[in-house]
Amino acid sequence: MSTDDVAVWLYAVIGGEVADDRTGELTGVDGERVRHIDGGDLSAIVGTVHLDEFGEEALRRNLENLDWLSVTARAHDAVISAIARSGPVLPVRMATVYLDDERVKELLNTRRQDFLAALDLVTGRDELGVKAYGDLAALAAGGNSAPQPAGEKRSGTAYLMKRKQQLTAHEKAHSAAAAEAERVHATLLRHAVDGKQRPPGEPAVTGKRAWTVLNGTYLVDRNRVPTFRAAVAELQETTIGIELEITGPWPPYSFTGDVVSS
Amino acid sequence: MTDAVATSYDNRQIALVDLLDRVLAGGVVITGDITLSIADVDLVVVSLRTLISSVGSLLPPDPATGGEG
Repeated sequence: MSTDDVAVWLYAVIGGEVADDRTGELTGVDGERVRHIDGGDLSAIVGTVHLDEFGEEALRRNLENLDWLSVTARAHDAVISAIARSGPVLPVRMATVYLDDERVKELLNTRRQDFLAALDLVTGRDELGVKAYGDLAALAAGGNSAPQPAGEKRSGTAYLMKRKQQLTAHEKAHSAAAAEAERVHATLLRHAVDGKQRPPGEPAVTGKRAWTVLNGTYLVDRNRVPTFRAAVAELQETTIGIELEITGPWPPYSFTGDVVSS
Repeated sequence: MTDAVATSYDNRQIALVDLLDRVLAGGVVITGDITLSIADVDLVVVSLRTLISSVGSLLPPDPATGGEG
């Protein structure tokens, strides 16, 4: 494969009227100048990328490389977030690549109704993430987890008893956390247009010692974002053993896939 | 609460895990020409496994699971 071979990386789909103003001078995942392909009342935000880095085989290899993945994910998000600042945007999943501009035009044409419906859904709205981390010790403290007497010589029986106590406390903590997570999610849904729970992720990935009990994300009317944040703060004050973390605003990554399904 | 949240799309100090959660698992899923099976979960899962092992090796052992005493 020649290093001159190129393809079209898709970042996002937007309404077509003001695409020129909105793409500005953005730089994409391959250091390329971001441009737009117009198709009627829609535009695709794209960049020309090299196949030796972004072709199928290269992607397969590169996606396994944490450094590459990190840099490329941030570049992909940076373009989408920049576009989001100037109006509604449909983020496209990272690593969607087309052979040429004509194919992207075809896409805009054949999926027009889906894209328009999705744009309608996200207009004037932002995505906010809320994670809840459970402090197992604090959650279990509701029970009577007797502390191990200091200096006690640890026999096999003592070990087993302690282990059993720990397991009971662990179960209590888990059910307490699940109940709290449900309460948080239900409360936040009242301040959002939509919301969903995502898989919590491994502790090793979150980098937190605490255990993730809720990985929620919410589509919120922009003028209700302050209310939403206030609700998170209030939940934090009334919840014991749970630490809440809010992220965003995000472009509506988690709420466009349902409308535009492949 | 750790609410170090900027109020706009820029100036965000994004944790990689939250970002990947969205750019790899979210967004509009369209089958491109050079498709991989990125729409399939397998590739993403493999990538996340790489991530877990990479990040995991950087963290100190977790005292909660790091053995007795």
